[in-house]
Amino acid sequence: MPTLTRWFVRTSLLYLLAALITMLLLALRGLVDLPAFVGALTPVYFHLLIVGWIAQLIFGIVYWMFPKASKEHPRGNERVARSVYFLLNAGLLLRVLGEPMTTAKGGGWGWMLVASAALQWLAGMGFALNTWPRVRDR
Amino acid sequence: MPRLSRWFIRAALLYLAMGFTIGALMLANKGMPFAAWLWRLRSTHIEVLLVGWTMQLALGVAYWILPRFGGKRGDETSAWAAFGLLNVGVLLVGLEAALGLAPLVGLAGKLAEVAAAAAFARHAWPRIKPAGA
Repeated sequence: MPTLTRWFVRTSLLYLLAALITMLLLALRGLVDLPAFVGALTPVYFHLLIVGWIAQLIFGIVYWMFPKASKEHPRGNERVARSVYFLLNAGLLLRVLGEPMTTAKGGGWGWMLVASAALQWLAGMGFALNTWPRVRDR
Repeated sequence: MPRLSRWFIRAALLYLAMGFTIGALMLANKGMPFAAWLWRLRSTHIEVLLVGWTMQLALGVAYWILPRFGGKRGDETSAWAAFGLLNVGVLLVGLEAALGLAPLVGLAGKLAEVAAAAAFARHAWPRIKPAGA
């Protein structure tokens, strides 16, 4: 299993845990008094699960398993592939911090969500473009 | 990778790009509002990424990877039908939400998706067998 795949898969497992802990916090809202920012965590929970866990796991396995792009660059552009990892995770972490901050502290923290959006978008495009040539016969 | 898998997976990658773009615009708008109408695209974003990207990629890889019968993949017609129905479904559901079309359009889309799942299950069921069987 290549190094980058191990990064993707291990990180995805951490996100799975984080998503389920967030889910637990959301479930506790009706039973215990929790800080107001917990109310902003529903979209965080969904994206920790669907982007952080599922999409990231897919990215890692596809990077490993799909047919070779070429003999010289079997996994496509390695720099783009590594960038996808950092862009995706930086974007997600900004979202995890930015959503509750925007709810609790107001508009001054909105830049975090804009930055998060841009980073995750770049990650998605990078993955799609780098994977496209590997969707081939053999 | 067989031809149908290439169709499934390329379509999935296009939906990934579309879904991430809609999502990024919505998230950026949440941080610094610039276009309130973007919230209308929330259902489209969910549909495109859950069904168009994730489910479609899974079907494409399953079609490729599941055991074969002496090199053949069994009932290919059902698998092709699944591809067509799934993508018609995603388009109908996505457009209904984005353009505020009649609910029947979305319902037709969802029925197409159910039919796609049934068609793929019909194709895949006999291929689920132990090694050497």
